[in-house]
Amino acid sequence: MERHFDEELQSLNEKLLRMARLVEESIALAVRSLKDRNELYAQEVFKREGPINLLDVDVDEECMRLLALRQPMASDLRFITSGMKIGSELERMGDLAVNIAEVSLDLLKVPPIKPLIDIPRMAALAQGMVKDSLNAFVSRDEKLAREVCLRDDEVDSLNNQVFRELLTYMMNDPASINRAVGFILVGRHLERIADHATNIGEDVIFMVAGKTIKHHIEEIRREAAAKAD
Amino acid sequence: MDPKVKIETKNLDFFYGKTRALKSVNIVCAEHMVTALIGPSGCGKSTFIRTLNRMNDVIPGTCVTGDIRLDGEDINSPRVDVVELRKRVGMVFQKPNPFPKSIFDNVAYGLRINDLAKGAEIDDVVENSLREAALWDEVKDRLDENAFALSGGQQQRLCIARALAIRPEVILFDEPCSAIDPIATAKIEDLIMKLKQRYTVIIVTHNMQQAARVSDFTAFMMLGELIEFDKTEKIFTNPANRLTEDYITGRFG
Repeated sequence: MERHFDEELQSLNEKLLRMARLVEESIALAVRSLKDRNELYAQEVFKREGPINLLDVDVDEECMRLLALRQPMASDLRFITSGMKIGSELERMGDLAVNIAEVSLDLLKVPPIKPLIDIPRMAALAQGMVKDSLNAFVSRDEKLAREVCLRDDEVDSLNNQVFRELLTYMMNDPASINRAVGFILVGRHLERIADHATNIGEDVIFMVAGKTIKHHIEEIRREAAAKAD
Repeated sequence: MDPKVKIETKNLDFFYGKTRALKSVNIVCAEHMVTALIGPSGCGKSTFIRTLNRMNDVIPGTCVTGDIRLDGEDINSPRVDVVELRKRVGMVFQKPNPFPKSIFDNVAYGLRINDLAKGAEIDDVVENSLREAALWDEVKDRLDENAFALSGGQQQRLCIARALAIRPEVILFDEPCSAIDPIATAKIEDLIMKLKQRYTVIIVTHNMQQAARVSDFTAFMMLGELIEFDKTEKIFTNPANRLTEDYITGRFG
């Protein structure tokens, strides 16, 4: 049976998707401004920050309204509470894209330190995670969401690799420190973006299946119970 | 620690003539817990709680099969005195139904006819029951007034006090708030949550939010069948059965 409430849930869904599209664009543009050394892409990132923030607040208000007025239950309840969290994750990702764009502007002013290899790979991985976490959200796909969560380790280890490599550059040539730190920050921001995509994956699993997997909570609870016995 | 089982039904069937109103219902009601029964009209939830103190006995042409155990004892056994059973399993109905007597006499009635208390003892039990039903402060200066002078919500709490006076072990509530306003409803819900410390409570309600607010366990019934039974939190956040999900999210059609 079609309910009036379904229209309201659909409109919340659309707001989240609009937000997701802006965030995906922001991340792609930020990475591109870095790779192509082009300031215009960075400016495009800054233009998207306001609309993303606006949607973030919109989504929050809409969720509060639906909770208060519709007293949702079961899958409706899980969709709305997850929607609230996914909105916050997206907003943080948007901020991180802005941070990358800012670093990129600084790096434009100086000659490149070395050809970029691992950072674009990290960026591609992180973007893939963002894209798939959102696809999992759209198609309510628990399996895909789980798969996204598993990919996080790969990004983490690439980030460590980037960090170690840049460390050697800095040790060899103190003049490179400024630029190397910039790239270390970019690596860190990409790694954080992948973390937020993982969080979205976890939210999607909760939304679809009602299961909490974050922080390996089952394990922690089992251990705590074992200790208490 | 698992709570103690107070009432348990096994393969419970109930017939109104040829109509099978309950179909092999298996439920366990835990002691000192509130169990809520929800489901669309005609799903058998009222029929179900009425089997628990044999209120259906008075309807001609009905028949019960299967097992209902109160503290492990079969309540339909010929050895069971139905009046004794109803003392142990009290009931509060949809519409407040005080007797056309004074407030005091309404609560004292069960004590007197059952010879459970005398004289000053009756005064004590009446006061305690009215206190337990959160009505004492509102009526203590007008105990001699006719019960019909009370508001609907007060009348319902008076009926609860009347049920409590004979110290039942289980109280059945059959949509106790459907005829009273939201403030009185809130008072009765609050009361139900307090009552479970001393009694086992089973409540039928059409109001899902009410089931969600007051109960520890929820049973969802449809067309005489028990569809799902679980902790209330589980039923309202992540029900296992598609039918439960559709009903509590209002998708039923």
